[in-house]
Amino acid sequence: MSAPSYPRIETLAVHAGQSPDPATGARAVPIYQTSSFVFPDTETAASLFNLERAGHVYSRISNPTTAVFEERVAALDGGPAAIATASGQAALHLAIATLMGSGSHIVASNALYGGSHNLLSYALPRFGIHTTFVNGRDPDQWRAAIRPNTRLLFGETVGNPGLDVLNIPVIAEIAHAAHIPLMVDATLTTPFLSRPISQGADIVMHSATKFLSGHGVVIGGVLVDGGRFDWEASQKFPTLTEPYHGFHEMVMTEESSVAAFALRARREGLRDFGAAMAPMTAFQILQGLETLHVRMPRHIENARKIVEFLSANNAVAHVTYAELPTHPDYELAKTLFPNGVSAVVSFEVRGGKQAGKTFIEKLNLFSHLANIGDAKSLVIQPATTTHFRMDAAALKASGISEGTIRLSVGLEHADDLIEDLARALTASQKI
Amino acid sequence: MKFLVQQQPAFVYTGGKPFDAAKPSIIFIHGAANDHSVWTLQSRYFAHHGFNALAVDLPGHGKSFGDAKTSVPQYADWIINLCDNGAIREAAVVGHSMGSLIGLDLATRHPARVSRLALLGCCTPMPVADALMDAARHRPQEAFDMLNIWGHAPQVKWNQSAIPGTSLMMAYKCLLEKSRPGVLANDLAACSSFALAADTIKKIVAPTLVLSGSKDMMTPPKAAQSVAKQITGARFTSLAGVGHAMMQEAPGQVLDALRDFVQHT
Repeated sequence: MSAPSYPRIETLAVHAGQSPDPATGARAVPIYQTSSFVFPDTETAASLFNLERAGHVYSRISNPTTAVFEERVAALDGGPAAIATASGQAALHLAIATLMGSGSHIVASNALYGGSHNLLSYALPRFGIHTTFVNGRDPDQWRAAIRPNTRLLFGETVGNPGLDVLNIPVIAEIAHAAHIPLMVDATLTTPFLSRPISQGADIVMHSATKFLSGHGVVIGGVLVDGGRFDWEASQKFPTLTEPYHGFHEMVMTEESSVAAFALRARREGLRDFGAAMAPMTAFQILQGLETLHVRMPRHIENARKIVEFLSANNAVAHVTYAELPTHPDYELAKTLFPNGVSAVVSFEVRGGKQAGKTFIEKLNLFSHLANIGDAKSLVIQPATTTHFRMDAAALKASGISEGTIRLSVGLEHADDLIEDLARALTASQKI
Repeated sequence: MKFLVQQQPAFVYTGGKPFDAAKPSIIFIHGAANDHSVWTLQSRYFAHHGFNALAVDLPGHGKSFGDAKTSVPQYADWIINLCDNGAIREAAVVGHSMGSLIGLDLATRHPARVSRLALLGCCTPMPVADALMDAARHRPQEAFDMLNIWGHAPQVKWNQSAIPGTSLMMAYKCLLEKSRPGVLANDLAACSSFALAADTIKKIVAPTLVLSGSKDMMTPPKAAQSVAKQITGARFTSLAGVGHAMMQEAPGQVLDALRDFVQHT
């Protein structure tokens, strides 16, 4: 008798979470474009509301199309349950609002997406939740920043745009020693390059707008419960371990041994905050997710060729990519991301802000916009756009200068991309 | 809620309702290296429909204290002690896999305490494959994976879950990995060593339901049907396309079968 095996990531990306439609036999995922679902009788209605029966009631809480996306990401990331949200930012907010309230504290890497930085720095303090930012590479800073009221450690698998690599096993160990969970934003890596739960993370979030969907068509996010964190032993999470007055005194950790966090996030967070994903959005993300394993290697292959080109170009002062030996996380990236570190590349054009501006304006093929993870190659100057609210010190801490250019390398032919970059770089030096 | 069983605190999920000695009781008993949460949907329903639903964490499992027992009769004795301490004179017993063997043992040794018997994913004897037993003893992660994969109908690996947003395979993997060291090997050995003589099983007087998944690879339908045939008047119900982990794979169908059984026997 040989040991059985789980489906591989390629098979999960195509199939997980989806059965042929029971009503019609449709092979493709049907779009259940409906706000609500008819109850067969009053008793079933009451049972669905009271979680005595599983099923769909109202699409803000769950929807069959959205559930396919949730279950597929859960399977890909290796977590018991996932919750789709209206955006990546909604996923981050949902996680925080589920775990803590006023008077709580978060420790986060300073190498974060600008939107996450905004939420933690400016919005959440108004609600009594404060964040200490640390150098994500320094375990001692993480350890020292933890306070008695700290409820979460948070970082990105690969920080944007500095491409800082989070040492997930080490930071998870620090979190667990303090009886708090580690949440990781895995947007840049996707489950194809990294499965943070298997490395020790307790919660994973993605902006599904990016590489998961890969087409730049929709805004969406997803939160994955890793299922391993012991909320009861921690004694720091009453939202999960004490009776919830908002749901008949339900105790989430009694109700679910492996997905108490997801249960509360859905039953309270989606119900009350309402940042749910639309079924059409889930359908569109699924169209991209089916080819995740085909797209990501091509993204990485193109990114590597572009890094090689940029590294040899005289107009480029410095290239930031964790697969380069000059990157401080080179060795760590090889260990954590053997299939590639990401398709986001940062570099500095010689000549500062004006040269950077000229470079962007002379590009023809790259699109100048605020996104990453599209099939199309994208470019942006973070200091003046995505990270413009950060002060000089915060920018420096995030590895961003005025001349930093961020590329999200798409799926075009690498030679065409390189020709476009070469032309614009030459132009940038003629000012 | 907490009960004191054999001098140790035991966790019993009651569906969010306090225990009421005036109500009829249903005891739900989980399988090897599982806990009460495998019964959440079904037990919550009964808790809110006139019953004391008592989904136990057996000793050494979930939130209950104490060491896991080494035999099915020892687990049955633990259930009897729970009933004694909770002033439960008789109860319907619903057991899954190893829990079904505990139910069989209770019904044969303590017939007055078992008002009804529902056996889910049941066969007796319940031999455990050498490869699984060996892995459970020496390579538990491999054993968890075997149990997870063989414990679900093949299509569960990719089909949509009945529980929105839940990956059944990942959830069960996580549940098994959370079991205490050695508990799976212990429980599998308890299953393997338990056997009821044919004349003993025929003495069961409680109305009995045997619920079987047509795709159950752990306790195959034929073996489950054989159990039903040996118990006088037992009802056999097959759930089409469902595997061993039937409470999660088909929560509504399992609930409907149990509800019908409890209401009409």
